[in-house]
Amino acid sequence: MKILRSLGRFLWDFLIGDTPELFLGGIFTIVVAWITQSNVPTASPVIIPLAVAGVMATSLWRARRP
Amino acid sequence: MTSSISVMVVAVFLASLVEMVEALTIVVAVGATRGWRSAFEGVAAALGLLAVTVAIAGPALARVPLTGLRLVVGGFLLIFGMQWLRKSILRSAGLKARHDEDVIYAETVASLQGSAVNRDSVGFVTSFKGVFLEGIEVVVTVITLGGSTHRLGVASLAALAALLLVVVVGAVVAKQLSRVPENAMKMTVGLMLMAYGSFWIGEGLGVHWPHGDVTLLEFVALYALATAEATSWLRRHPLKVAA
Repeated sequence: MKILRSLGRFLWDFLIGDTPELFLGGIFTIVVAWITQSNVPTASPVIIPLAVAGVMATSLWRARRP
Repeated sequence: MTSSISVMVVAVFLASLVEMVEALTIVVAVGATRGWRSAFEGVAAALGLLAVTVAIAGPALARVPLTGLRLVVGGFLLIFGMQWLRKSILRSAGLKARHDEDVIYAETVASLQGSAVNRDSVGFVTSFKGVFLEGIEVVVTVITLGGSTHRLGVASLAALAALLLVVVVGAVVAKQLSRVPENAMKMTVGLMLMAYGSFWIGEGLGVHWPHGDVTLLEFVALYALATAEATSWLRRHPLKVAA
């Protein structure tokens, strides 16, 4: 049980830490890319970098808040 | 050597070279920014797991669903890349102190634990995944092309030659990189990880890149431009101290 808790804490710090928006943003990017690829495949090469840039902009904006 | 075998050897060598250069890029970047010890430990662990996997699975590896693996690894690389780039941008914009709190934290923990040594889990895992994924691709290439011409030994030697070339190049590049400022290096690594992450997510989903592998360079250029713009904007609008 203790090992599982330690593992969970490690994974949390490793993947999420103080920037949960980047972890969620990574998942968001995959989901958006998947939806785009399923419906408008030709738009995927444009949508993927735009989604990534949007996630980064959101995170940097969040970093400026009080 | 017949022409079909010659073509196979060249194909295996070049394909292996491309995959190994990708792995080298990640390892050198991790080593220069997070420490060589964790980078090499990641390489060693990946090679060890790769050897065990090959020994157990053997030719069945040719049927490994690389697309799914690329999607998962791409997602992780994208997240790590964004984490690194975010910190670098904030430091470059003056919103975050220019010191490495991860190193300070690791040193503090190590000193508290007496015999414990400094280990960087981020560096280790990033290096491990890069080498393991690319290694799997090399193994699949060798088995697929070598097996199809019944020249597995020759194909393995071609891959080994590519490995030796990449190791020599890596040793030269690593020395040069030690002179680059830390934050600039981290920013570059973040950009590259994001580019690889974006590319592999697309590959995993079956995206057709109009410019093929050149898309990786396009992503690096695009993200670099966005980074420069974001840094400049944050310098002009330094509202609050960052998290």
